[in-house]
Amino acid sequence: MSVYELFLSFWHTVAGEEMFNSLSLLQCETLCSRWYLKTSHRLYSATYDPNEKTFEKLLIANRGEIACRVIKTCKKMGIKTVAIHSDVDANAVHVKMADEAVCVGPAPTSKSYLNMDAIMEVIKKTRAQAVHPGYGFLSENKEFARRLAAEGVTFIGPDTHAIQAMGDKIESKLLAKNAKVNTIPGFDGVVKDADEAVRIAREIGYPVMIKASAGGGGKGMRIAWDDEETREGFRFSSQEAASSFGDDRLLIEKFIDNPRHIEIQVLADKHGNALWLNERECSIQRRNQKVVEEAPSTFLDPETRRAMGEQAVALAKAVKYSSAGTVEFLVDSSKNFYFLEMNTRLQVEHPVTECITGLDLVQEMIRVAKGYPLRHKQADIPINGWAVECRVYAEDPYKSFGLPSIGKLSQYQEPLHVPSVRVDSGIQQGSDISIYYDPMISKLITYGSNRAEALKRMEEALDNYVIRGVTHNISLLREVIIHPRFVRGDISTKFLPEVYPDGFKGHKLTDLERRELLATAASLYVAEQLRSQRFLGTQRIPIAKSKRSSWELSVHLGDGIYPVEVSKDGSSFSVEVDGMKLNVTSDWNLASPLLSVTIDGTQRTIQRLSRNASGNTSIQFLGTVYKLQILTKVAAELSKYMPEKAAEDTSSILRSPMPGAVVAVSVKPGDMVSEGQEICVIEAMKMQNSMIAAKTGKVKAVHCKAGDTVGEGDLLVELE
Amino acid sequence: MAALRLLRRVAGAVRGRAAPGGRGAASGGRPPAVPQRIEEKRRAALLGGGMGRIEAQHKRGKLTARERILLLLDPDSFDEYDMFVEHRCSDFGMDSSKNKDFTVFGGSLSGAHAQKICKVMDQAALVGAPVIGLNDSGGARIQEGVESLAGYADIFLRNVLCSGVVPQISLIMGPCAGGAVYSPALTDFTFMVKDTSYLFITGPDVVKSVTNEDVTQEQLGGAKTHTAVSGVAHRAFENDIDALLNLREFFNYLPLSNRDPAPVCECHDPSDRLVPELDTIVPTESTKAYDMLDIIHSIVDEREFFEIMPSYARNIVVGFARMNGRTVGIVGNQPKVASGCLDINSSVKGARFVRFCDAFNIPLITFVDVPGFLPGTAQEYGGIIRHGAKLLFAFAEATVPKITVITRKAYGGAYDVMSSKHLRGDANYAWPTAEVAVMGAKGAVQIIFRGKETDAEAEYVEKFANPFPAAMRGFVDDIIQPSTTRTRICRDLDVLASKTQSSPWKKHANIPL
Repeated sequence: MSVYELFLSFWHTVAGEEMFNSLSLLQCETLCSRWYLKTSHRLYSATYDPNEKTFEKLLIANRGEIACRVIKTCKKMGIKTVAIHSDVDANAVHVKMADEAVCVGPAPTSKSYLNMDAIMEVIKKTRAQAVHPGYGFLSENKEFARRLAAEGVTFIGPDTHAIQAMGDKIESKLLAKNAKVNTIPGFDGVVKDADEAVRIAREIGYPVMIKASAGGGGKGMRIAWDDEETREGFRFSSQEAASSFGDDRLLIEKFIDNPRHIEIQVLADKHGNALWLNERECSIQRRNQKVVEEAPSTFLDPETRRAMGEQAVALAKAVKYSSAGTVEFLVDSSKNFYFLEMNTRLQVEHPVTECITGLDLVQEMIRVAKGYPLRHKQADIPINGWAVECRVYAEDPYKSFGLPSIGKLSQYQEPLHVPSVRVDSGIQQGSDISIYYDPMISKLITYGSNRAEALKRMEEALDNYVIRGVTHNISLLREVIIHPRFVRGDISTKFLPEVYPDGFKGHKLTDLERRELLATAASLYVAEQLRSQRFLGTQRIPIAKSKRSSWELSVHLGDGIYPVEVSKDGSSFSVEVDGMKLNVTSDWNLASPLLSVTIDGTQRTIQRLSRNASGNTSIQFLGTVYKLQILTKVAAELSKYMPEKAAEDTSSILRSPMPGAVVAVSVKPGDMVSEGQEICVIEAMKMQNSMIAAKTGKVKAVHCKAGDTVGEGDLLVELE
Repeated sequence: MAALRLLRRVAGAVRGRAAPGGRGAASGGRPPAVPQRIEEKRRAALLGGGMGRIEAQHKRGKLTARERILLLLDPDSFDEYDMFVEHRCSDFGMDSSKNKDFTVFGGSLSGAHAQKICKVMDQAALVGAPVIGLNDSGGARIQEGVESLAGYADIFLRNVLCSGVVPQISLIMGPCAGGAVYSPALTDFTFMVKDTSYLFITGPDVVKSVTNEDVTQEQLGGAKTHTAVSGVAHRAFENDIDALLNLREFFNYLPLSNRDPAPVCECHDPSDRLVPELDTIVPTESTKAYDMLDIIHSIVDEREFFEIMPSYARNIVVGFARMNGRTVGIVGNQPKVASGCLDINSSVKGARFVRFCDAFNIPLITFVDVPGFLPGTAQEYGGIIRHGAKLLFAFAEATVPKITVITRKAYGGAYDVMSSKHLRGDANYAWPTAEVAVMGAKGAVQIIFRGKETDAEAEYVEKFANPFPAAMRGFVDDIIQPSTTRTRICRDLDVLASKTQSSPWKKHANIPL
């Protein structure tokens, strides 16, 4: 394999086809020579051997980024691809990337991506020989695997019995115990009703965790500290279990306080070989869903890693596992680890493993499914460098660390110009983030020869990521990766609630940063004012008496109003804030979504998200969006006379905090409600949210009913 | 831009106010020297109705006329005329030295006041400078009787004579009632300040006594009423400062007069920027709505669009934007509201905007997705025929560069109306999703095969629900990839910058009013 080919395979992985295609050969060669020495060790060691026959045509029973991810590898392996999509996804990226695409139904997942009959029909029609299920949807559905097997179609994943064994939380734990894998103490059986739930919980001892047996990840997981919470948890979990999985069985087990979530990637073939591909640290979670992942973990020493890896492999072998799988462990502060569950699918966070091991997991899954033996020995599996993944979501991190937001991506630009960045996404500028599917925008992965380098690049990548039209969680991600505790590696699954006990409120500016922001905003304002006075080709003589060179401004930021003086000094601005002078330079391209500004020698990439004539502007600075109002000194002085507009009394109205569907409304006009009483339940992205009354009072009007679809900020209920 | 030059109406407390201080000083002993008197008069004029009045104005959440001017104009660009003009009436206790409380005048219009306004308007017309009026007036000064009415008429006449010569903008910043309302009505754009401005012919008291209706000032003639219901005002802003700053922004879109070209600003947004999301923005099902504003924002420079009448007749979108720095007027059907159909209100809204652009050399860009005119008795009785004709008339008579993009439906007469090739369109494009036909497939098949069972619907769709029939006949110049729309329009505008087109000589056309 030539250097160039190596580069190619690397670049495909890192940047995706689009970027690659736009590079000229010359650029490639330049990049190649620069990259080779530094990064060749982490290229996919996998070669794509065109003579190794796998499948001619493969159907991807999924959508979004994971469908795109699978299609990319298929293309490299010379496999034709079939995409399935719902009607609203007709123009989705995965549909465009695939060789063929077939609509399998309307938007709701139960009618499209979970519609086995329709998908089986497509498989027959397109003569796909294999199906890659991605993650979620049908990826761990044994019925689907069985139906494929009946049709002679290969399921890219483990055998049905492994899915079944590992899909059942109780059976999987028994199996793990038998395979001598450490398991969580005190876990017990299936729950019939709330009373039994309480009894079991008492037996185990509080705190306990309640979740749906059939559910993966953190969905439907609730922690109970007493009997009452157990009853409530039982009610919610069983409802969610029924609506999401059509299976209302529950699981209650001992809840380990302050644990880390570390998982081992395994890869096994049909010939009894199994490898562990090191760990992924996934402790940064909100509501039990992962937010930031990395590989390797700062916490594991080689012995613990090997012990965990060997137990994971033992479990895989015990169920005759083939394909890629993940064994999740909870690790306590003394490095005791307990088996949590095994996910019999490709994980969302698999790219970090690919980065440090050089393997293409999708390729390995396809090879294994075809029956090829693994090409690697355990000793061949390296840990090269460090990789970090941030899950970029369309959600508002200021609300419970992330409530879904929807909308159209009016502007979207991935930070692929930052070195060593991989973005796995399935959306593009103009895509809709709808209420029907997971609100993930992309997975942003950065790589470095060590952790510090990977994190530095992540910071830069997050600053250079342009996402407009939907609320996103970049601010939270950036705060997490620069937080001293995270940088030290001092993390647990409680990281977010511990670090932000009152909820996430965005970056807290230091005095210096605040001055930088004020100076930048004021300079932008002046640059804009100056530009608006330049007209091309006009014959008229301006009446303004002199060219202005200094501006007295007043900038409103947060609770403060700051006098700022800007004077133009050639192409840069000299800005006086708080009695200090800052020098601000930039090319002041007011149309560019990214603006590189140098403030007293410090380079910052900022994004001006909006501006209006009234002087309001929002600027994304250090990941967080700040709202500022910039007025001339005169206007600011006069604004004290402007009437205050009466603010809405928010205690007597209930608005939907996010877009979603109304599941239940428990009040009607005339009812008395007490503060904290549940008024209605909104479901969004498979999550049920209980809306409660903010005060005691009489219900004046109800503006929604069960089954309605509501948007963010829609009025639901009014109290008198 | 070099600033607003001319100010039509000095509002509120400072209006035409004689200086009591001056007289007071003069009463004791020897009259002061002329330079001293000049100084005193100036100082007094700047104080307007005095500190008390200024405070009262501030308490109402409003600024004084001079403060407003300070915010509206570039620094040092305002030269005030007629600071020394005094009102001439002394009946009914109007003499300022006698009764201060009665001398607010509430910004009411006196003969002297009107004279100042007319003078400045004449100047504006002479040199070709836009006229901006900041209105905050109690109406005619009743005490002056017919002189005040004559003053109004003098202003109305100048409004009419200036119409189409220089842009005229009215910003209503307080009460504006009775005869006074016709001046804003005659100007090109009327903006209002929320909660503190009202426009009505007769106030709530008179309404109550005549029709026995109970109505508040706000309901009768507030910003909400006029921007959403009556269509009298074109935009409303939060407060005085917000309104004045927005007016500054708006002003930059306008040429100074009908002899000046549409202004071209420095532009950082590349004219050849591709807009990939437009390739998928039109939903595959032709019954599904999308937001025309998304298309407009993504095509224009820096997503900046100054919408005119955003809350009125929302089935048509009109407003100003820039393409490669040059001001353009944008007209678009809005599929999100009433399917983007044309009705009485939207036709009138569109027509007035098109005529403004044509009068002031602003190129027109039209985005078409129109299922037709709205059917129904309400529309027919309301005269949709003559109102719809206004939009047709306006587009047909316009000689500025006209570029049209059919994004989806262009059905029936509405296709003709929406700046079609047949109405002297310069560049008419269709997106691949365009359907140019007399009507939708379902209706057409029902008429052609009356009552008979037929599968002709599919055939009709195949034949007509696409851009080919129009493209084959040259009624659209090209079928373009939506993502290239911005590039195409920018290039066309450059070519069309030198467009000259004239219509047969006439005194004026007779638009169906």
